Amino acid sequence: MWNTIFPYLLTGISVGGQYALIAIGYTMVYGILRLINFAHGDVFMVAGIVMVYMAASGLPLWLCLPLVLIVTALVGFLIERVAYKPLRNAPRMSAMISAIGVSYTLQNLVLYITGGLNQLYPTIPWISDSVTIFGATTKMVTVVTPVLTILLVVALVLLINHTKIGMAMRAVSRDFETSQLMGIKINSVISMTFVIGTFLAGVASILYFTNYTTVIQTSGAMPGLKAFVAAVFGGIGSIPGAVVGAFIIGIAENIIKGLDIILFKLGVIAAPIGLATFSDAFTFALLIVILAVKPTGLFGEKTTDKV
Amino acid sequence: MKKVLAIALALMLVLCSAAMAETVKIGVFEPASGDSGAGGKQEMLGMQYANKETPTVEIGGATYDVELVYADNGSDTTKAPSAANSLVDAGVSVVLGSYGSGVSIAGSDIFKNANIPAIGVTCTNPQVTAGNSHYFRVCFLDPFQGTVLANYASKELGATVAYTLGELGNDYDQGLCTYFKQAFEALGGTVMHEDFPTGTADFNSYLTNAAGIGAQVFFCPVSIAYSTQIVQQAASQGATFPILGGDTLDSNVVSNAAKGTNVNVVVTTFYQEGANADFDNGFKAWLAEDGEALTNNGGNDIIAGVTAMGYDAYYVALEALKAAGSTDSAAVMAALPAVTYDGVSGHIEFDDTGDAVRTTAYVKTVNNETGDWEFLTEQTVD
Repeated sequence: MWNTIFPYLLTGISVGGQYALIAIGYTMVYGILRLINFAHGDVFMVAGIVMVYMAASGLPLWLCLPLVLIVTALVGFLIERVAYKPLRNAPRMSAMISAIGVSYTLQNLVLYITGGLNQLYPTIPWISDSVTIFGATTKMVTVVTPVLTILLVVALVLLINHTKIGMAMRAVSRDFETSQLMGIKINSVISMTFVIGTFLAGVASILYFTNYTTVIQTSGAMPGLKAFVAAVFGGIGSIPGAVVGAFIIGIAENIIKGLDIILFKLGVIAAPIGLATFSDAFTFALLIVILAVKPTGLFGEKTTDKV
Repeated sequence: MKKVLAIALALMLVLCSAAMAETVKIGVFEPASGDSGAGGKQEMLGMQYANKETPTVEIGGATYDVELVYADNGSDTTKAPSAANSLVDAGVSVVLGSYGSGVSIAGSDIFKNANIPAIGVTCTNPQVTAGNSHYFRVCFLDPFQGTVLANYASKELGATVAYTLGELGNDYDQGLCTYFKQAFEALGGTVMHEDFPTGTADFNSYLTNAAGIGAQVFFCPVSIAYSTQIVQQAASQGATFPILGGDTLDSNVVSNAAKGTNVNVVVTTFYQEGANADFDNGFKAWLAEDGEALTNNGGNDIIAGVTAMGYDAYYVALEALKAAGSTDSAAVMAALPAVTYDGVSGHIEFDDTGDAVRTTAYVKTVNNETGDWEFLTEQTVD
């Protein structure tokens, strides 16, 4: 029984951790700007492409890893400056449309550069090694992901609750204009939010593409969408909510993929009935149910001001 | 002086007449992007090489320059009709393609309404040519391919339990899985089939499922993008079953993914490198001097089966143009059923539905140390 479920659980926790790192970017930007940054999934994909080209250029891997994170954070910073800052006082819908525009721009830019072909992600030593835990063989990255995710989230929560920039972030998310009057430089606070969010997406991309090794211009779409669902599920604007939501979605998705075999082994069903097909449908059905039943999500704020 | 002038005049005359030679357009309906982009590009390489080798054709006593007109169908059935329309607008006489049966079917009606014949290169689903008179094809079909692989799994590998995996809504995957299942069950085996949604990157759970039912073969005739993921994830899970696939897996992208792992990959394909030395050497020489072509071939000079098929399809189109004696697409369509051609992938002639009569498929496997394809056996079904 345990042996049957464990491999699915393991994959689920690992994927959940990667979704969580992406979901934090969505939730932080929403918390501060009330903007759903649709380009976030594509920034994640760009981080993967940057890594591919950097490794191909012959740079040593120990140098590539920090460089990728820096470049990704820079991309996030630039996107905010170019596409969102000029729209600060425009209706919220304009900024969201601008986000969709950025998303397509990034995808097509990568399509142009790669020629639409799959790029093989470089193998990162140690985390690419195979390990066997409780009879399930997997890559080291599967085990590393949840641990790293939790560490980063704890660090982030500490940053938000116990530093000056964290306090500024909380103030800006509470009340944009008043905090401006109090002398907070909101532009630098917002930039910092984007830098942190895209940095985490960069970390997620290293973990994700080490596991699923091909990068293509649409690679960011599905993980981005699922991380977004996770953020809404946990209550958009809430960091713990996004993390919990992401783990739940990652685990549920993988359990459903294996539900046929699990039920079959338990003797509930006589023959496999093709439930695996519904794994993605489940994620989006969950989004609909949550929006209908509890629009603020698991840990969301009381206000129901959603797009 | 007079002599020089005469020669110069004569040269100019020749140049003028050469420049005035008319052009016949052949449409290339292939994916250059998307999940099948890599395969589409390799298929196009065959046509481009053939076009470089034979850039002109004699039609009705006049020499025509052959121009390849490209339309990227993006491996997407929703984009395929507009790509097909762009070829119709360009006024092509005949269409080659596509890599992938789903997009071929999606573009089929547009060619039909414009009265333009199409020659499928490696689209193996029976529905491409069934029930119409404008779509032809030079490769073998999925019922044949599925049977060959099921026979191989049952007789050569001794498997009794198989796991099949296809992409939801992909005609090629689903068709081949069904034919494999039919043949494998007829041989006394049991099959479990599952589908994954488009855009999936995480195949761990599907591989765990296969191991869970004790599958002895894992049959996944999916796009290159997915198969590389499957091969790599099977390697990291330490999967013991061999991975079987159809012609889509015959790509050096897939063999590179299996390099340095313990995963056994077996595929059926159209052409085995070494079968025609002239073609092999000429193609490799071309790749060596053209950097972009080399990139499109995945960065090395291993010849994919689809490339040989693209090469043959181009010559079949030229034969049809010659036989029609005109660049009119309706005349080409009328001439096509009677065309025969001896290509690098074997003899090509069409049956009543417009399919090439093929009885042989090549079975290949990856050498895990070098990442090269190795010939296993030649499988014939009567």
